[in-house]
Amino acid sequence: MSYRLLSVDKEEPGLKERNYLGLSDCSSVDSSTIPNVEKSNLNFKATELRLGLPESESPERETDFGLLSPRTLDEKLLFPLLPCKDNTSATTGHKNVVSGNKRGFADTWDEFSGLKGSVRPGGINMMLSPKVKDVLKDERSHAKGGGLNNAPAAKAQVVGWPPIRSYRKNTMASSTSKNTDEVDGKPGLGALFVKVSMDGAPYLRKVDLRTYTSYQQLSSALEKMFSCFTLGQYGLHGAQGRERMSEIKLKDLLHGSEFVLTYEDKDGDWMLVGDVPWEIFTETCQKLKIMKGSDSIGLGAVEKSKNKERV
Amino acid sequence: MGLRLPSKVLEHILSFIDSNEDRNSVSLVCKSWFETERKTRKRVFVGNCYAVSPAAVAKRFPEMRSLTLKGKPHFADYNLVPDGWGGYAWPWIEAMAAKCPSLEEIRLKRMVVTDECLEKIAASFKDFEVLVLTSCEGFSTDGIAAIAATCRNLRVLELRECIVEDLGGDWLSYFPETSTSLVSLDFSCLDSEVKISDLERLVSRSPNLKSLKLNPAVTLDGLVSLLRRAPQLTELGTGSFAFQLKPEAFSKLSEAFSNCKQLQSLSGLWDVLPEYLPALYSVCPGLTSLNLSYATVRMPDLVELLRRCSKLQKLWVMDLIEDKGLEAVASYCKELRELRVFPSAPDLDEANIPLTEQGLVVVSKGCRKLESVLYFCVQFTNAALLTIARKRPNLKCFRLCVIEPFAPDYKTNEPLDKGFKAIAEGCKDLRRLSVSGLLSDKAFKYIGKHAKKVRMLSIAFAGDSDLMLHHLLSGCESLKKLEIRDCPFGDTALLEHAAKLETMRSLWMSSCFVSFGACKILSKKMPRLNVEVIDEHPPETRPESSPVERIYIYRTVAGPRMDTPEFVWTIHKNPEIGVSHLAIK
Repeated sequence: MSYRLLSVDKEEPGLKERNYLGLSDCSSVDSSTIPNVEKSNLNFKATELRLGLPESESPERETDFGLLSPRTLDEKLLFPLLPCKDNTSATTGHKNVVSGNKRGFADTWDEFSGLKGSVRPGGINMMLSPKVKDVLKDERSHAKGGGLNNAPAAKAQVVGWPPIRSYRKNTMASSTSKNTDEVDGKPGLGALFVKVSMDGAPYLRKVDLRTYTSYQQLSSALEKMFSCFTLGQYGLHGAQGRERMSEIKLKDLLHGSEFVLTYEDKDGDWMLVGDVPWEIFTETCQKLKIMKGSDSIGLGAVEKSKNKERV
Repeated sequence: MGLRLPSKVLEHILSFIDSNEDRNSVSLVCKSWFETERKTRKRVFVGNCYAVSPAAVAKRFPEMRSLTLKGKPHFADYNLVPDGWGGYAWPWIEAMAAKCPSLEEIRLKRMVVTDECLEKIAASFKDFEVLVLTSCEGFSTDGIAAIAATCRNLRVLELRECIVEDLGGDWLSYFPETSTSLVSLDFSCLDSEVKISDLERLVSRSPNLKSLKLNPAVTLDGLVSLLRRAPQLTELGTGSFAFQLKPEAFSKLSEAFSNCKQLQSLSGLWDVLPEYLPALYSVCPGLTSLNLSYATVRMPDLVELLRRCSKLQKLWVMDLIEDKGLEAVASYCKELRELRVFPSAPDLDEANIPLTEQGLVVVSKGCRKLESVLYFCVQFTNAALLTIARKRPNLKCFRLCVIEPFAPDYKTNEPLDKGFKAIAEGCKDLRRLSVSGLLSDKAFKYIGKHAKKVRMLSIAFAGDSDLMLHHLLSGCESLKKLEIRDCPFGDTALLEHAAKLETMRSLWMSSCFVSFGACKILSKKMPRLNVEVIDEHPPETRPESSPVERIYIYRTVAGPRMDTPEFVWTIHKNPEIGVSHLAIK
């Protein structure tokens, strides 16, 4: 059974923005939900009711409550010691910041998706109509089926959920990256998780390269994983577009020139997948990316010296 | 006149009482018992470092030998508490240094510990023996070096999952050559490589060393050499196994393990390859505790290992064990008391592991002594919960994390109310409960009604209304810690049961519907509660009815704390002062 958070655009009936705070001096409550729109500093944006999937890379999310402004320059001034995100390597350079594991204040507000807003049938501010919760429940029952064989199609990133200690998360992250390193000339034979991103998809997936033995298998698996996004993307063109596009699968897109599968190797170069033997690919691949065909011009199987020093 | 027990006699009697709960009861009998008790208490536990002032504790227990403190709320583990919130160890260290110089043991959990703190400990307590820091942060390896160098009688130095500024591996060389008292050393959370020769010498001259937990930088060769020098170890945390397997290396490793005839606990095993596991087979029959939660080993290899562990009592593993692996556990590990199954893909965008609710059901059926469970699973069923409750009424700790928020019983599409009802009703000794999945207010009615011994309750994404909180606060008689996130209740239940909050250690609520106005009322009503609002902006600048994002309420006799950062607002008690003077910075 998979649980889907729908990407609901603003035209959907039943969801309206309401200014619960009644603050007339805050800047206009515009219905734009594009997180990167600039807002004035320390603005009290009215509660925004959205059920959107968060973006994977961009940290600029607003909270449902509208009690906080999105992260702005002012926030960074308020909290200059705090690093950006525990997932990124960047740390704002205060020497007391020990590791990227620490979360800045603003980070702990981050990425509250519409998931939060969905369970509020009552409450003081009447945040959300009971309808939405039911919508979610209906979606869940429609999406039922297949049991665990279908990976849930969409998962919102919610702070602190599931409840796993950051120590564990960080240790797992570094241990999976260790597995992709060559140590003593022989790569580890444990799981080999690499992140897969796709242009336009809201978040990353991860695949264990060791569970595949050929490019074909990898490609089919990725197809299945990302087909929902492909549909979503074309779905923006409206219902008609959706029907038309429902037949087009990622495979076609990949084989057509719409999307190409690329990977980042140990040197940090982006290469086209498929040019080197599978075993070598699994040893060198750090990340995968499904890029738009147009963006991938210029990539190629760069001739690399195979006489790298092996530690 | 009534008979009075001479204080010497009472002292003698009290020397047999270790439990602090009992001692707390003793101290309530009368003044003289209070006095005798306080002068004889050696082990002091403070569950919330802000509940009482360090000076008061130091004054009350002058004979203190061991101090245990906890700082941040539990949800800080999951990034729900911003950095800088508090939990500073310094005031405590300072107070103890002044008043209790005979202090020998300090154990801190979720606190901010600086190098200054560590240096102060080293300098102030001449008999200092035990330092255990769990989930702490704020210090560097320099502080550790100070402890190593100065504390001549150091027996225990354990850094458990701390965030340490790692300035290199030199700290280890600060143990003087004359130090031979070490019993337990845990530096598994440090990154840097230590000089293996220093470590070898330290281990060689520590005949009492029983527990050694290495960091991932220690190689297999290093491990072998250390095991040879310390075959008496009962607890071992290995370094990293991610090195090439040479045939001679394997047999050396195997031999080293087989010489550790007293090994009971094994952990570490980062990056362990399946080929290495047979080296551990010789110790398996003696193992009571096995932590494989960082080992990305798959089910067949896990089963090969686990079927040899007939004495195993505690197993921590990842979901890579799958249902099948848990079947093997149920068959072979009949002594199992504690099981924790962690998700292998923390980002959870890949839920393709064949671990279902059946895994836990089968262990519940097969392992009669099972009493503590932590289980992450994508989805669950009421039927499974009912079976678990029926088979394992002796459960003391049940923490189920259904990873999909609001996930109902995937077979019947109903909420998991019935299932948790069965758990609450059936497991009469339940002390700790974490619920998840789709739950209505009813679930909490059952929990309130039946979970009479539950002391700690964790709830996320559950319930429908204020009733849920009402049921919990009016029902759970033993409730001490309640932490709730993303649940749709508001002010009513909270205010109605304000008095209950003073019987509890703390209440955490985040992303619920409690208003700022309610916080103020609560604070006014309950003078011995600190009501702290965590918010980026002053809550007073918003309407009183607006919900507050995070609230942390705890009982205290120390009054509002003085070390709140800018984003924590302690609601003022004095109604005359009014709304504007809130924060104590």
